[in-house]
Amino acid sequence: MTQPIATLAPGEAVQKLKYYQKGTFTVGNRLVAEQERSVQASQERSNALTCGHRACQGCGEALGARYAIDAAMRATNNNLIAVNATGCLEVFTTPYPETSWQLPWLHSLFGNAAAVATGVAAAMRVKKRPEVRVIAQGGDGGTTDIGFQCLSGMFERNDDVLYICYDNEGYMNTGVQRSSATPPTARTATTPALGEEPGNVFGTGKSVPRIAVAHNIPYVATATVADLHDLERKVTKAMSIHGARYIQINVPCPLGWGSASHDTIRLAQLAVECGLYPIFEAEHGKVTQVRRIRRQVPVQDYLKLQRRFAHLFRGGHEDPRIARLQAICDANISEYGLVEPAGEA
Amino acid sequence: MFEVRIHGRGGQGVVTGAEMLSVAAFFEGRHAQAFPSFGSERTGAPVVAFCRIADREIRLREPIQEPDCVIVQDPTLFRVIDVFAGLRGDGYLLVNTNKTFADLQLPEIAERLPKGHAVTVHATELALKHVGRPVPNAALLGAFAALTRFVHQDSVEHAIEQAFPGKVGAANIAAARAAFEFIAAQQPAENAD
Amino acid sequence: MLKQIEGSHAMAEAIALCRPEVICAYPITPQTHIVEGLGELVKEGRLENCEYINVESEFAALSVAIGASAAGARAYTATASQGLLFMAEAVYNASGLGLPIVMTLGNRAIGAPINIWNDHSDAMSMRDAGWLQLFAETNQEAVDLHIQAFRLAEELSMPVMVCVDGFILTHAVERVDIPTQAQVDGYLPPYDPVQVLDPSEPASIGAMVGPEAFTEVRFLAHYKQNLALKLIPEFSDDFKGVFGRDSGGLLRAYRTEDADLVVVAMGSVCGTIKDTIDEMRDDGIRIGLVVIVAFRPFPVEALRNALAGARDVVVVEKSIAVGMGGQLADNVGAALRNLPKAPRLHSCVAGLGGRAITRASLHRLFRQASVQPWEGTHFLDLNERVVGREIHRTRKTRRSGPTAENVLRQLAAAANPAE
Repeated sequence: MTQPIATLAPGEAVQKLKYYQKGTFTVGNRLVAEQERSVQASQERSNALTCGHRACQGCGEALGARYAIDAAMRATNNNLIAVNATGCLEVFTTPYPETSWQLPWLHSLFGNAAAVATGVAAAMRVKKRPEVRVIAQGGDGGTTDIGFQCLSGMFERNDDVLYICYDNEGYMNTGVQRSSATPPTARTATTPALGEEPGNVFGTGKSVPRIAVAHNIPYVATATVADLHDLERKVTKAMSIHGARYIQINVPCPLGWGSASHDTIRLAQLAVECGLYPIFEAEHGKVTQVRRIRRQVPVQDYLKLQRRFAHLFRGGHEDPRIARLQAICDANISEYGLVEPAGEA
Repeated sequence: MFEVRIHGRGGQGVVTGAEMLSVAAFFEGRHAQAFPSFGSERTGAPVVAFCRIADREIRLREPIQEPDCVIVQDPTLFRVIDVFAGLRGDGYLLVNTNKTFADLQLPEIAERLPKGHAVTVHATELALKHVGRPVPNAALLGAFAALTRFVHQDSVEHAIEQAFPGKVGAANIAAARAAFEFIAAQQPAENAD
Repeated sequence: MLKQIEGSHAMAEAIALCRPEVICAYPITPQTHIVEGLGELVKEGRLENCEYINVESEFAALSVAIGASAAGARAYTATASQGLLFMAEAVYNASGLGLPIVMTLGNRAIGAPINIWNDHSDAMSMRDAGWLQLFAETNQEAVDLHIQAFRLAEELSMPVMVCVDGFILTHAVERVDIPTQAQVDGYLPPYDPVQVLDPSEPASIGAMVGPEAFTEVRFLAHYKQNLALKLIPEFSDDFKGVFGRDSGGLLRAYRTEDADLVVVAMGSVCGTIKDTIDEMRDDGIRIGLVVIVAFRPFPVEALRNALAGARDVVVVEKSIAVGMGGQLADNVGAALRNLPKAPRLHSCVAGLGGRAITRASLHRLFRQASVQPWEGTHFLDLNERVVGREIHRTRKTRRSGPTAENVLRQLAAAANPAE
């Protein structure tokens, strides 16, 4: 807390303090100017993904999808069509005969959401309805693995589609199997915590955000459910651009990660603040902005809350591979400049 | 039905030649079917193309087994494949070369067919002279028209014009005409149209 | 207007006349000339209001068509063989979703061994997927079937495959009557979707359906194909009214009225068979042909009626279900099953991988059918010597090597005995 300036004695310095808010923005929005309030704060939000869906308690993907689609609906004045890959989101939002979606929505296959969205966008052009925009969405499995070919094709053609990947680092709907987005050492059903190198191995994996940047498409961003404003800003910005765009949102999965359902936001925050999940934006192949880490935390703080990493702490001592995970964090921080140099205001 | 089989190598316009012949017949109000024997695209590989011409609908789809006329665009093929397979006893043979049948060591072929049915024409040289490219197909069609009188030279020239626009077409027509005249001059008077 | 034109270009012109709105293109022999032709028409501005998209695979091609069709646009693509298999998941998806996509299949054999020439194995691989499958006998019919296909697809809300023999039709230059835009507009109305993605009326398409409803959904698809049995002849009659010629329909009969032996076949080989039949008729043999145009839905009743009076039926087909036999023969057999005096069925597999089917071989085959009928599948023009040698070889050595290469080596040795 600062002292009021008037009470400072001559010669005493003024200390700059950073104010930031923790906790729910819906309460905090009263302190914020109206145009800066989140879409979620508004009762007029579209609720494009409305209640009644069958997601697990604490599902990060349900949260991320609600945030992203409501922001996109506002940005497009509700002129939006969504194409969904097979996966948790598709399954828990459309349990026959019900649907939670309040926008036009199409589910085709696991690996073709990007291509199907290209087709929808082409139809809107030919029907002379340029105001109608298209989003393709899917989990990491449907994006980084089986959906990768169609995704790259869509990027290469610069089709007017925003692809949103909800990254919970595994094939969750089919029972928690490893994908190319699964971090090293994580336990999944196909990378069990057994043998000499329990959990997922090092030296594998794929960063689709980096690959998206390498395609030189108009806009790429990573985001997190822990930062609603940032996520909404990115989706809104993306909808102001035409051409191929990609946003990857880190969404914790309590079931797959073995975490408490009330820890979802906290985990998302820790993933950012340890450096394991860099949050950045890029345009046409160049990184333009990063979200700084306010207070770097050691990677253990993040890992300890998830049973998928429990084998790293067996018997009370830390697996040496934790140091390698920390090295990944440090490398990300260095590469993206995620921590302010000392002395910067 | 009159069946023509054209042998050549990829890049010599064999397929286009067969197509142009079919178009020439079409302009005369006849039915015609042209198709290649297919393979992967490869310059220099042996290529065969077929053309059937008839006055009623052509339903047959098999490769031409017993041609009425064989056209050989490239004499190096003689040692590679049997270009004469199935050639009818009263059929025609047209070979692109500036040599004679004796030079090519094929005198018996010329003798097997009726007099005047087996001819050679220096189509590549004519193409080089008139078009500037060694693609002999248009010239060979002119020679075919003179040899068999089965299509009119006018139809051949019209087909060439449709296949090749502007100056290129005119040049190919000139080559075809030169070949036509070359063969026509050799034909016995009673065979003329 | 009559043109002397390559089959694929004729088809491209016909498809363009159908006013497609989204075309997706991925190259594969032998359909590539069709999508290239369409691309030129779009780029030149002769085909307006059409988005032409170069996709990165066949899977993407049909997926783009799925998105476009669901969003209300008339969508078209083309493929063959390996490409059809690569998009197999999307093939079932399109029919399951009830999207009226029209796709040309340039019939080509499926590898391994890799083969670019014509046979019907690709169409057969997707015969259960819920698409209508129509086979063109000539390039004229190929043109006509595409026009009928769009109307059938949109009326039924079901995708349609137009099957055209690769190379034999696609790459043949022949006389084709290309219709006028006015004629096509008079026959094919604008696409009026049964379901559509539209922000003003949001709907969810593509739900998961469990055991409680899946059977009913499949029944309705089957029911729609049965409706197609009536619609196909009806639309073919309408076609004749507008364009002035017979084209399409379920099947057609050629000289079957008093035939003892009736051949059943699909596609371009029917032309060669007709010439063979005329020659045999001149020799006094009572033989006829049934040309099947609609393979799916399979015209059981129409076929039964056409074959009821025959003593022998010979099915000539360009595909084989390895381990079972000819698929067409199997389907024909099912149609004849309950006839009180069912004809004897003879199955012949011919033309696999593009092997030419000649009149000479057909003469031998048809004469044999009446005189010396065979059991099981007869492979026309099989090189028994090569096959026998290979079988013998594999019995002698465990590590006998890849079959295809061994056969090719034998054939090369036979061609060059000195080496």
